[in-house]
This record gives sequence, structure tokens and C-alpha cells, in this order.
Amino acid sequence: MFRIDFNKLRFLVCDDNPHMRRILRTLLHSFGAREVYEAEDGATALEMYTHYVPDIVITDWAMPIFDGLELAQMIRQPESKGNPYAPIIMLTGHSDKRRVTVARDAGVTEFLAKPISAKGLYQRILNVVANPRPFIKTKTYFGPDRRRNTSTAYIGPERRVGGEVEVLQQPSLLDKAKSSI
Amino acid sequence: MGKNKPSDIEVKAFATHHVITQPNPLRTVLRRVEDEKDSDDPVARAEQALAGLSGEFKGWMLAEADRLSAAYAHIRQDGFNQKASEELFRAAHDIKGDAATFGFFHAGTVADSLCRVIEHAPDLKKVPSELIEHHINAIQAIVNDHTKFDATMVATELSRRLRRVADEYLAHANRDRPEHLEAILAPSIVPGE
Repeated sequence: MFRIDFNKLRFLVCDDNPHMRRILRTLLHSFGAREVYEAEDGATALEMYTHYVPDIVITDWAMPIFDGLELAQMIRQPESKGNPYAPIIMLTGHSDKRRVTVARDAGVTEFLAKPISAKGLYQRILNVVANPRPFIKTKTYFGPDRRRNTSTAYIGPERRVGGEVEVLQQPSLLDKAKSSI
Repeated sequence: MGKNKPSDIEVKAFATHHVITQPNPLRTVLRRVEDEKDSDDPVARAEQALAGLSGEFKGWMLAEADRLSAAYAHIRQDGFNQKASEELFRAAHDIKGDAATFGFFHAGTVADSLCRVIEHAPDLKKVPSELIEHHINAIQAIVNDHTKFDATMVATELSRRLRRVADEYLAHANRDRPEHLEAILAPSIVPGE
């Protein structure tokens, strides 16, 4: 059996509803988290994301001006200065399959439909901590692998094509800095 | 938390995509518990903390219901515009998401029905005002009469009927919009809904 040391994790919670932020804060502190940063809109959350470098982002979808979907898209910029790989848990009242697909295509790691429960939130956090998925970069997508299961049956237009594998090492930050001078 | 160095990140290039893998940066927060008798249960602890907040839930629901009423009063005064419609939707959507957590399950059901009307009506200006008002009044009644002993039965019947009327309206209003009909009729991903 595995347990999470929540006191080592830093969370960013983004929800425009103060009651829901209070619920989330209470749940995370009860799990053992000490560092929980809160934002009431996507723009503030993005600033806090860059400043505090959270390990896990929990965001609502429907918010004024800059919503949770846009926040996910902004975080999932492969060339950004911030960390584009942080797990994003989308917490929302939307509960139809189409919305789940849209969130997944924005690079959301886990989707949790409201009403929220302690068990549901804990399981999503455990999943992103214990079972991280590789990231996929295509012309139109950057985010966690959208395939949860291995299937060779899919033959649709978005089937990823294999081919010769070439392993590329990412240049170090120092090399990047040197090349930009 | 320690972050991976860029050199730890491995990129495999394929014809149409790259697969990027890195050592799990959160692996150090996972701890194996060997002792079966370990009684620490973070979920139970969180549920207990949530129960400790429950004294505030009624006040929170009243505030949410009043926000919804205010959003619609604004529309009745100035008419539908994008900003006002979005605020009405967000107010209903918050109730849909929060109500069950706060112990007002049926208010959430009615709010869900109202969200569907706002989201799928081809033209909000043509939605009969009674349809929206009945939803808002029902939410107010459910929240205000929550403690009455027969309230659950009334709320169940009220939410069921409102959902039926709203769905009939949406099916009729979207009869020439098959993509919306499909979305309206699609099952929810929430178990038991």
C-alpha cells in the first residue's frame, strides 16, 4: 500500500467560487498538505503558477474572462519558461463526455466531475503522483498521453504513426543560454 | 519538490509525434506502508473536516441561490446580453456543482436543468421566462425549506417535473439542430445522475 506525503507537495487551486475554494483548501489540508495557493481566476492562477511552481494544479473550468481550459492550454506550452509538465486536475460541474474530450485535448491530466468528494479528489491526486503518463507532442497537441489503454484497434485519422525511433536528448539550460547569446 | 533537470528528459521522435518521458518528479512523495495496521486514513480525516464545515453550508447555499436570483433580476431589467447570460449560467453552474456537496442534492438537479436550458436553447430571448423563473424559484424554495420534513419528497417531484419540461422545450427548440439534440440526449458521466 502506498501513501502520499502531502506535506511535500505544493498545490495551486483555481476556482472563482469562494465556497468551493474553501472546500478544496479544507480537503487538501486534511490530507496533510501545507502549501496550498489559491487563485480566483485563470490569469491570477497563471501568474501564481510561474511564481510558486506548484507540483499539482487543481482548476475549475467555468470562470469569467480566463477559464480553466485556457489556463491548461497556457501551462501546456512546450517552449514556455515555466514547467509545462505539471499535472492538472480539472474539477468541474460539466459532466458530459464531450467536455471530457475537450479538457483532455487541452492537456488536462485528470478530470473530476462535481460534486466533489474527499475520496474522488484523493484518488485523482494519487493517480497523478503514482502513475504519471509520458507526454506527447504533435503538431496540434502537447500534453500527457491521451491513451489510457494500449489498443491497436483504432484506425482513425488521428492514429499516431510509428517509424524509426530516434532518441533526442534535450539541450541543457546552460546550452540553451549559450546558444542564445 | 525537486524538479527534473532537462538532461533527465528523454525525447523519442516518431514520424508524427514525439514521446517525452522523464523520471517521475513526484516519486519522492510516495511512501510504501508496510504495516497493515496503519490506521491513518487521509480520506476519512478529510471527510471529518468537511463535516466540520457543514454548519456553514446552508448560509453558502442561500448566498448561491441569491446570486442566481440577482443574475436573473438583472436580465429582467436590462434584457439578455452576453455578460448577463454568462453570469446567469455561472451562477446556475456553481449551484449544480456545489449543491450536493453542501447537502442540497435537489437544488443541484434543478440547477443542472437550468444550465441545460441556457446552454442549449438556440436563442435565450425566446425561452419562456416562466421556464427560467420556475427553476430559480424551485432552487430558492428547496434551499429555504430544506429542513421541513416533507421537503425532500416535494423537491424530488419538483426537480423531476422541471427537468421533463425543460427537456421537452429543448427537444422542440433544437428539432432542426441535430448536433445539439445529440448533446442534450448524451448520458452524463457522473454515476447515478
